[in-house]
Amino acid sequence: MVLTMLVVSLLLFLLLEISPGNVATKVLGPYSSEEQRNLWLEAHGYFDPIYERYFRWLGNFVIGDFGDSIRFKVPVGEVLWPRLANTGILALATLGVVVPVSLILGVLAGMREGSTLDRTISVSSIVTTSVPEFASAVLLSAVFVFLLDILPGTSGMSEGFDLKQLILPVMVLAVYDFGYVTRMTRASMAEVMLTHYIRTAVLKGLPYKTVIARHALRNALITPFTVIMLQINWLLSGVIVVEYYFAYKGFGALLLEASLNSDIFVIEACAMVAVFVAVATQTIADVGYTYLNPRIRFS
Amino acid sequence: MSEQTIEIPRRESSILRAIKSVALLRESAVGMVGLAIVLFWVLVALFADLLAPFPPNATIMPLVMPGTEAPDGGMFLLGTDHIGRDILSRIMHGARQVLIYGPLATVCAYSVGIPMGLAAGYVGGLTDEVLSFIANVILSFPVLVLYVIIIATIGASAVNIVIAVTFASAPGIMRIVRGLVLDLRSREYVFAAQTRGEPPWRIMAVEILPNARGPLIVDACLRLGYVIITIGVLGFLGLGLPPPDPDWGGMINETRQMAMAFPHMALFPCLAISSLVLGFNLLADGLREVSLRD
Repeated sequence: MVLTMLVVSLLLFLLLEISPGNVATKVLGPYSSEEQRNLWLEAHGYFDPIYERYFRWLGNFVIGDFGDSIRFKVPVGEVLWPRLANTGILALATLGVVVPVSLILGVLAGMREGSTLDRTISVSSIVTTSVPEFASAVLLSAVFVFLLDILPGTSGMSEGFDLKQLILPVMVLAVYDFGYVTRMTRASMAEVMLTHYIRTAVLKGLPYKTVIARHALRNALITPFTVIMLQINWLLSGVIVVEYYFAYKGFGALLLEASLNSDIFVIEACAMVAVFVAVATQTIADVGYTYLNPRIRFS
Repeated sequence: MSEQTIEIPRRESSILRAIKSVALLRESAVGMVGLAIVLFWVLVALFADLLAPFPPNATIMPLVMPGTEAPDGGMFLLGTDHIGRDILSRIMHGARQVLIYGPLATVCAYSVGIPMGLAAGYVGGLTDEVLSFIANVILSFPVLVLYVIIIATIGASAVNIVIAVTFASAPGIMRIVRGLVLDLRSREYVFAAQTRGEPPWRIMAVEILPNARGPLIVDACLRLGYVIITIGVLGFLGLGLPPPDPDWGGMINETRQMAMAFPHMALFPCLAISSLVLGFNLLADGLREVSLRD
């Protein structure tokens, strides 16, 4: 995990800071003179060898000094942390919807493979994952904002936190994400239902409910746990689209703005945070999987 | 001297076998629906010039609702956008863009991912470790974060989108191929080829790859759907194909500001892209169902 982060940081550094001239032009603007750029580069140590620059940059990163945002003229941290908190709220609310809904639907579908309910749930989960987030954002706003006029069309939260403005973004993210988790839960449940211990439990005359609750669920929910943790990686992608569409002041929108304005220190910080979250959740998924699965734990 | 002929049982031609496997798909209703949707859009893209009632970039009458008559007697079946271009014509020509760059990017990603996966799985050892590590690093980026950074650094153009998609998808393909190769590498026919003294590249290309095609075709269908979404998302974020040529994601981005008053301008491109992706996903689901059956 640490090694991955190091390589990612090196990649980002090389991609964005390989040429000091470009960095200076981006920081000082296209109308700066050669002399100004050289002075700035000198003052910020850009004439040192590249490995020295990389390690200094990395050191600053670790202690949370990301440099100054070119656009906002303040330290990157001051812009980044509040935006990250907003995205955290959005992501938690989305998971709060996606996890229970997809687990329940997945278990219901996998319990009786091939039933009408199973087919319905499976096909509708394919349909919802086929609609890209920006399309469902347009469709849902057409219905709830244009047609019914019950929800606000943007989520700028300019007058403080407003739960109503959170509904549409969460809905868009949840609709796109629940399909995959549902399908994986269904597959896992369907597989468990075919095992010998379930057949034994049914044959020894246990009520169907007990078989499901005591024997099937425990084993069937190991895979979805991993899937949900890995889904966070996808959620981070979706967040960019949704925040852009609804003008939600989150981290995804910040990354996009920074990329469009070549605000390199913000891009670096955002990308590192995104990868960190992704790698951390993957590690949790691995560790959690081992812990939850007794066959691995005791072997 | 009379000519001696030896009867060799002939293999069916590959075209015939392809037709047979399509016929297999008939057993899956879901797959057939998917195939129909995809074929529909392919035909629309092929004949966009004939089908489209107006030139895609011509500005005729701005902000017209669906079903309004055009000044020269035609009909704006889906209305026009904010600068007066016919939405139906733009969607038809946009299908062309999507169905050219989507498959092109997917093919590029596969032509990088497959050799990497073959090498990692067949050669193993250090090669495998290095390639797998590179794949892990790239896959640890949230996809869209990677796309945004790449496109923002190298600029938005059709070629760069293909490059970005290749870069971001090849590691995933590599992992799948590697897994398949690890499974296939211990089969008898591979040992037989090794004993015959065939070079490794030939074993990988002739013995292993054709036998891994089933899962790869299903994956390609799914991936094509994702690539189409990606191209749409990039267009929507303003990082896609440069205007004015119609691109579904770009159309939605250009008109979404006015979507509150004129929802049709963004709605129809949304339906177009969703239906095409749905087509590929259903097709993939059908193919998987059929391939699991035998």
